[in-house]
Amino acid sequence: MTLMTGAEIVIRCLQEEKVDYVFGYPGGAVLHLYDELFKQDQVKHVLVRHEQAAVHAADGLARSTGQVGVALVTSGPGATNAVTGIATAYMDSIPLVVITGQVPTFYIGQDAFQEVDSVGITRHCVKHNFLIKDVRDIATTLKKAFYIARTGRPGPVVVDIPKDVTAAKCKFDYPAEIRMRSYNPVVKGHLGQIKKAVGLLLNAKRPVLYTGGGVVLANAAEQLTALTRRLGFPITNTLMGLGGYPASDPQYLGMLGMHGTLEANLAMQHSDVVLAIGTRFDDRVIGNPDHFTGMPRKIIHIDIDPSSISKRVRVDVPIVGNVAEVLEEMLKLVEAESDKPDVSEWWSEIEGWRERQCLKYKMDQEIMPQYVIEKLWEVTGGKAIVASDVGQHQMWAAQYYRFDEPRRWLNSGGLGTMGVGLPYAMGAAIGNPDKQVACITGDGSIQMCIQELSTAKQYGLPIKILCLNNRFLGMVRQWQEMFYDGRYSHTYMDSLPDFVKLAEAYGHIGIRIDRPEEVEPALRKAFVEHKNETVFLDIRTSREANVFPMVAAGKGLSEIILAEDL
Amino acid sequence: MRHIISLLLENEAGALSRVAGLFSARAYNIESLTVAPTEDASLSRLTIVTTGSDEIIEQITKQLNKLIDVVKVVDLSEAAHIERELMLIKVRASGKDREEMKRMADIFRGRIIDVTESTYVIELTGSGSKLDSFIQAIDADLILETVRTGVSGIGRGDRILKV
Repeated sequence: MTLMTGAEIVIRCLQEEKVDYVFGYPGGAVLHLYDELFKQDQVKHVLVRHEQAAVHAADGLARSTGQVGVALVTSGPGATNAVTGIATAYMDSIPLVVITGQVPTFYIGQDAFQEVDSVGITRHCVKHNFLIKDVRDIATTLKKAFYIARTGRPGPVVVDIPKDVTAAKCKFDYPAEIRMRSYNPVVKGHLGQIKKAVGLLLNAKRPVLYTGGGVVLANAAEQLTALTRRLGFPITNTLMGLGGYPASDPQYLGMLGMHGTLEANLAMQHSDVVLAIGTRFDDRVIGNPDHFTGMPRKIIHIDIDPSSISKRVRVDVPIVGNVAEVLEEMLKLVEAESDKPDVSEWWSEIEGWRERQCLKYKMDQEIMPQYVIEKLWEVTGGKAIVASDVGQHQMWAAQYYRFDEPRRWLNSGGLGTMGVGLPYAMGAAIGNPDKQVACITGDGSIQMCIQELSTAKQYGLPIKILCLNNRFLGMVRQWQEMFYDGRYSHTYMDSLPDFVKLAEAYGHIGIRIDRPEEVEPALRKAFVEHKNETVFLDIRTSREANVFPMVAAGKGLSEIILAEDL
Repeated sequence: MRHIISLLLENEAGALSRVAGLFSARAYNIESLTVAPTEDASLSRLTIVTTGSDEIIEQITKQLNKLIDVVKVVDLSEAAHIERELMLIKVRASGKDREEMKRMADIFRGRIIDVTESTYVIELTGSGSKLDSFIQAIDADLILETVRTGVSGIGRGDRILKV
């Protein structure tokens, strides 16, 4: 067997893992790796303009395709710039392998040029991380990294490789399988617990299914849909779970939580049995656990991560396992029952809440942001991959773009990272060349990674950017209006760029939209006429539109505020 | 409530900081932490003494289990167990205190392991509370220095923590 350099081995490992795209940015510590990338064309490299975007783009590819996303950055600032991207993926359990260059082993600890303790810095925002000190460990470590990233509760894994290790030589032998005595994620759920859960469900009077990102991650949408339809129960998705159940289905109550619908939040609050799947009762869903548990109900919770169970809300029937596998077992048991549970009374109560039409809004001369999302849904036939940034526009996108399929909705739910939208859209466009990709953003968020317009040009990515431009940092402004007596402290952007000119400067098409009647033609122009180009739509929306419904932070689900209440 | 959590950890660089970092990141309390390799050089054994409600202890064990380098976790305080801690204490031992200090060490089954004209170093093993009692039993002004290892624990009888 011939000897290979560490750099060659790294690239060979990526090939073995069938990695098509690596998002990265070169630098001193990764020069050997970049040289090897140059010599082959199986693993394609996408050059971003900032390392944060490399990780976000890899993350966007992972979210939209289900593959492990891969990013490659240099040591020091390359690694620290990547941290926000890594933490974002960690909070949403996205499988990534992030390779960071490191100064040579014999410089480590000497405050060398571009040295940081990457493993130390990222320890708190990765599923696991490695520092490879010996070229002979590269293949096994990368095998472990991919295995850890994609199995169990997925997450990012950082692999830090010193420069001298990429130059050293050894034989290449990629392990076919990996076994780790300290890491054996549970897959199958406990059958006794599943039976207990089904018993509770079949006898429920006011049941609700509450499902999250775990359904999407486990590719369990099909099983979830089959079980929900068979049971005939109402279902609500979290922000991360959108698309896990078809939003156009009548059993779907919309999103729940802080900006969830009235019917979803009240159904949760008044339920007698909750089936929680791949979700974690986080503070944006259950703002006040005591208020929620103040009403008697039984909670069943399926999750692959035992530490997500009974963390904020105590549950009655915990089931640890892969969501898809557990749902299949459940479906078998439910199908064995001849009768469907009768929940018609519960449904009529829910229909009463639904009739309040909590998402209705008024539009006059100004463009309402909700209207833009509805038109986007129409123009794309509800089939686009929608990458969102963070803020009001994110909530409107979640509320008004009805996702019928999983992996169409990409957003930073856990960490709430402004700036993810454009790089997510890049990753999605690269991973899904046959799909329409929209980036819904705001005038604040887009400027956090706007340099990526340059990457979009270099790779000819047909992304349609819808910038809901209200000349405010809208979500913060909304809180200031509601909770700080309208003191708009530093939420006003006084000197926004001319986004149309900016888009044009990057070589894209820019369109400014000021009036409601211009919205639909502009969207058609973007998605049809300029199908293959990046188009930046600068949409001047109503300045002080607010996101409703709203359950204020720390409040109970039934303390929900509707637009009409104000 | 006070709990003694024992775990087996892959003897990898940085593994200890993953455990310590978990406690600080999630605002869990650590009273003491001891660590050393086991008879199997690829594994380290940690004993952590912590306090918290049942919910917090449940989260601590779940979060520890989630760490990739952690092989096994047990809450020793859930059943019969033995805990021991070692203390080295340097005391002033001159004049009338010299004899008194020797007597106290004997009462607590301590051993004097270093002697100078004016000081003793006493080695004392036992539960944490026994070590506390010794400190309280002697004149505080005579204590020059103390060092404690933190608690090590092991289950009684057939309770075995092994891979």
